[in-house]
Amino acid sequence: MTRRRVVVTGLGLITPLGNSVESSWDGILAGKSGIAAIEHFDTTGFTTQFGGSIKGFDVSEYMPAKDARKMDTFIQYGMAAAIQAVTDSGLECTEENASRIGVAVGSGIGGLPMIEANHNNLLDKGPRKISPFFVPGSIINMISGNLAIRYGFQGPNIAITTACTTGTHNIGYSARTIAYGDADVMIAGGAEMATTPLGLGGFAAARALSTRNDSPETASRPWDADRDGFVLSDGAGVLVLEEYEHAKARGATIYAELTGFGMSDDAYHMTSPPEDGRGAAASMANAIKDAGLNPEQLDYINAHGTSTPAGDIAESRAVEKVMGDAAKNVAVSSTKSMIGHLLGAAGAVEAVFSVLAIRDQVAPPTINLENPAEGCNLDYVPHTARNMKIEHALSNSFGFGGTNGSLLFSKV
Amino acid sequence: MSTIEERVKKIVSEQLGVKEEEITNASSFVDDLGADSLDTVELVMALEEEFETEIPDEEAEKITTVQEAIDYVVSHQ
Repeated sequence: MTRRRVVVTGLGLITPLGNSVESSWDGILAGKSGIAAIEHFDTTGFTTQFGGSIKGFDVSEYMPAKDARKMDTFIQYGMAAAIQAVTDSGLECTEENASRIGVAVGSGIGGLPMIEANHNNLLDKGPRKISPFFVPGSIINMISGNLAIRYGFQGPNIAITTACTTGTHNIGYSARTIAYGDADVMIAGGAEMATTPLGLGGFAAARALSTRNDSPETASRPWDADRDGFVLSDGAGVLVLEEYEHAKARGATIYAELTGFGMSDDAYHMTSPPEDGRGAAASMANAIKDAGLNPEQLDYINAHGTSTPAGDIAESRAVEKVMGDAAKNVAVSSTKSMIGHLLGAAGAVEAVFSVLAIRDQVAPPTINLENPAEGCNLDYVPHTARNMKIEHALSNSFGFGGTNGSLLFSKV
Repeated sequence: MSTIEERVKKIVSEQLGVKEEEITNASSFVDDLGADSLDTVELVMALEEEFETEIPDEEAEKITTVQEAIDYVVSHQ
């Protein structure tokens, strides 16, 4: 059976750098940081007091306030990014194609703000004060559900949850769904809003976060000798994936082709990768094999690169293991240096950046990389974006549970 | 101080996302103001909060219009 080709025809972003694809990408190429002190709750007593919050988001641009009230913030962000992507794609849902359009937009954690608020109501005022919208407003598959209701998409509807690999897995799954023939179009990605007292406190307790409170903008510093953990961020990324002939037939703008998807697991530890990065390497190798490419054909890697001591070295070793001598020729950068770690949205936002890197033939920079740490020997595109030929770009995501995913995008 | 009627209409307006001028005493939450079953549960919770009362479920089920909500509040003051 010949495999159906899958292309990207729509993009949407809500990130700490901007509430659109254009503003986020401009910030990335300018090497700006979107990280700042957290202002939406009192962080007194928290060891980390900053993050990548969304600024100036007006949900009424996307839906009536009455509907928004029934959706926790991560759902609002996911809906906004998806609406942007669908609008960008020019796709029209009709009676004829409705059953051929599906959705896969996940979240790593889901509706923490509503969980916290309703739990407080339960403790303070009793069970009768739990909102009837608590459950449908906070569970993870409700971006996918609400999108189907809004547009009439009657195809496959799912929300994969795999911690920080969520966005990548939803996109990869969606590509497979189209390739296999279960749908012609998939709206795919991830969203997150977990910078709440419980979310920030939980990651801090796991000693996963940077505590550079005196300089939030330089806290996310992947591969730098002075890195001290990741920066917790909010936002969403969504792509419209479409079968190639379907996209061509309707004259859609094709940004790139999704040529490869790979997965693996470390089978090692709840939160830490093995030092040699073998799980990450397997994931990348599987994506490259899926695309029918050789490792040395990769031009750019949008790394998972979270700025944690163990993770950054393991990923560098994984790139060296997969690419051998060619590792020194590939540009590897972490856009998390600018926007922090969006958990379940990270893979989706970074997939959008990888697609834009191909469109504009430019590799985003890694900012705050002053002194590469021992063992970090790759070309990390420090400080400034680089114009370069990019035929093939790989995007990595690795999550708690040791779950790994890699997406390979190619120029059409 | 607003009247009970004004306070009820304000809450209905906020909860159901309908302009106050579109709400009459005869308005049915479901048939006229676009509420679904979950909206009506939350509306009753908001009325309880505003009027510092507790509306038992079997009573709440009978509150389907603005006037019925006003009547309930008045008779339980």
